[in-house]
Amino acid sequence: MSSEHRDDVGARLGMWLFLYTEVLLFGGLFILYAIYLHQFEEPFANAAHHLNLTLGTINTVILLTGSYFVAMAVSAVRRNRTRLAVGLLLGGVGTGGVFLFNKYLEWSHEIHNGIYPGSPKLLDLERGEAVFYGLYYVTLGLHGLHVLIGSTLLGILAWWVHTGKVNSERFVALENGGLYWHLVDLVWIFIFPLYYLLL
Amino acid sequence: MSTPSVTASDRGFLGDGKYPGIFGWILSTDHKRIGLLYLYSTMTMFIIGVILGLLVRLELIAPGKTIVSADTYNALFTLHGVIMIFLFIIPGIPAAFGNLFLPIHLGARDVSFPRLNLFSWWLYLTGAILAVTSLFTGGGPPDTGWTFYVPFSVQTTTNVTLAVVAVFILGFSSILTGLNFIVTTHRLRAPGIGWGRLTLFVWTLYATAWVQVLATPILGITVALIFLERVLDVGLFDPARGGDPIMYQHLFWIYSHPAVYIMILPGMGVISEIIPVFARKHIFGYWAMALSGLAIAFAGSLVWAHHMFVSGMSDTAILVFSFLTFIVAIPSAIKVFNWVATLYKGSISLEPPLLYALSFIFLFSIGGLTGLILGAAATDIHVTDTDFVVGHFHYVMFGGTGMAFFGALHYWLPKVYGRMYDKRVATWAWGIIFVGFNLLYFSMMVLGLRGMPRRYYDYVPEFTNLNVLATVGSWILAFGLVVMFINLIRGMISGPDAGMNPWGGKTLEWTIPSPPPTENFAEIPVVTTGPYDYSDEVLAPEARR
Repeated sequence: MSSEHRDDVGARLGMWLFLYTEVLLFGGLFILYAIYLHQFEEPFANAAHHLNLTLGTINTVILLTGSYFVAMAVSAVRRNRTRLAVGLLLGGVGTGGVFLFNKYLEWSHEIHNGIYPGSPKLLDLERGEAVFYGLYYVTLGLHGLHVLIGSTLLGILAWWVHTGKVNSERFVALENGGLYWHLVDLVWIFIFPLYYLLL
Repeated sequence: MSTPSVTASDRGFLGDGKYPGIFGWILSTDHKRIGLLYLYSTMTMFIIGVILGLLVRLELIAPGKTIVSADTYNALFTLHGVIMIFLFIIPGIPAAFGNLFLPIHLGARDVSFPRLNLFSWWLYLTGAILAVTSLFTGGGPPDTGWTFYVPFSVQTTTNVTLAVVAVFILGFSSILTGLNFIVTTHRLRAPGIGWGRLTLFVWTLYATAWVQVLATPILGITVALIFLERVLDVGLFDPARGGDPIMYQHLFWIYSHPAVYIMILPGMGVISEIIPVFARKHIFGYWAMALSGLAIAFAGSLVWAHHMFVSGMSDTAILVFSFLTFIVAIPSAIKVFNWVATLYKGSISLEPPLLYALSFIFLFSIGGLTGLILGAAATDIHVTDTDFVVGHFHYVMFGGTGMAFFGALHYWLPKVYGRMYDKRVATWAWGIIFVGFNLLYFSMMVLGLRGMPRRYYDYVPEFTNLNVLATVGSWILAFGLVVMFINLIRGMISGPDAGMNPWGGKTLEWTIPSPPPTENFAEIPVVTTGPYDYSDEVLAPEARR
């Protein structure tokens, strides 16, 4: 009937607004972190020292690498290098997978040691340490969920690049998917120092 | 009228869809069809909410047990709150009438993201079904009140888990609608529509959309935390583990107070559309109106803690939040004064939409002024958690947004269906609703001042008379609603042809056929004047002076 409606600027604006809401979603948890840290400086530091810094660092590097892949994929698509772009996107999916695998190692270790929400050991710990671990599981769990969603998204985008639905003429979907992945990355860049480094 | 004549058989977007039968509706990406889907679903939830409210009132007609047990009573008022807030009043005007008319007011063919729009409605439907399902499954209907305050919401065995999942999904739906509206307003304005030529309805939807986008995620994380507390026993709000229940209240109200403005702002937009049309005058103070909407959205986001004056905040915090609360009264008053100024020396025709607009101004003013009593800490401490609060917010929500919603129904349904309801019956229904409303909620405010607590199942015999009055008021109100709905539905189905512009409106929707065609405009219009230009109207000499 009418000509196809296409508005890349609008699509980007929409994505940015959506990313705002994601930042605010995590913002609620960061507010809780700030206030409870203010109340329980000592217990927070004690609990934080217990976390596995090595795995956290490795995961940071992995996520940043994933972001690099995705950014390169956008450039590759714009230069019509489809196969390279698909490879880079699948590389991005891979970094998400490795991240989640590391998280699995980290968490199963904690849970094995009896540190998980509602565990008897946690109830015996000092008030404040339990809150730290509660926030740790909720925040990192929510972030992990976003890694999962982001990886799925990258997989779909790789398929679209492969089938030509995303190409050098229309790549706003890829850009938006990339932005989402960068957000996952960005949130981690706040989580990592707050939970692993700062205290 | 010198417009192409529209016959009742020409059904515009109501005619054939892309798919046959019901799929043409539930899979349609046409903003008008989605708007109607929202209208039908929110109206259904409204009716369920009204029935629950009537049962609550009936239980309170006499002290002691009247019709239901105390547990059932707790479930009744909780569900009344959840349904009315999350399923009717928040999506009501923006999702139904916003979807119907935002693109038309902008001179656009659809919203920016039509498929996302349909997805929002599906999310709404999913949330609604889950919320209703939570009644019949699990350990019984939720009984926490719509606010899900910890620690009770974490400890109770009733089906709170499913209810908060429903609220989370509804929040998502609300965010996506807001996002869509912001992008649409920025990107799809027709040639000639600068920011100074937006209708005030669009301005308020725009302000509302920002609140939806910026506040709702906090609700998302809050109910997600309730969910996790219940499922995983995290203990973030449990003092035994170092948590703080007050933090829950802060997070909850950081969303839920701005949500009040998600509810009221679009209502104010509707009133700003109706009044100039029936006063045949340009809206008084266009920019003051547009900017006060944004100011309400902004200031309203800073006042959440006035719900918590007795929760144990510091005196400084109470003072600050009390002051900020009073500031919201300024842009609200600007709107009220500008509506009245628009009516002043207007050429007024007292049609049903205007009656609802006038009752909006009256009831909303009572609601707003009693809000100041609650905003001042000293008086608030006296009436906290009494029926006064319940009366106050029903004056604002129902007397404000509800009346605006009914006004919108009477104003725009002839456009949507191309048929007119019986105006005499509509006037009677309005009168009955108005009387019942005041009997019901004013009695509640007096009860509250005398010390009747809210949410209590039982009360001392001294409160009986006013409770009887309130309950009888609820019956009159309900009767008025029945008359109104029957009249509207009859009008929709078999009313006389309404024509293109039954009210003589100047905004863009009145320049296209009723019902509007699928893509609204045969050609995207070029707009050369503001939306309320009545300078060409022939007014009586005394009105012109």
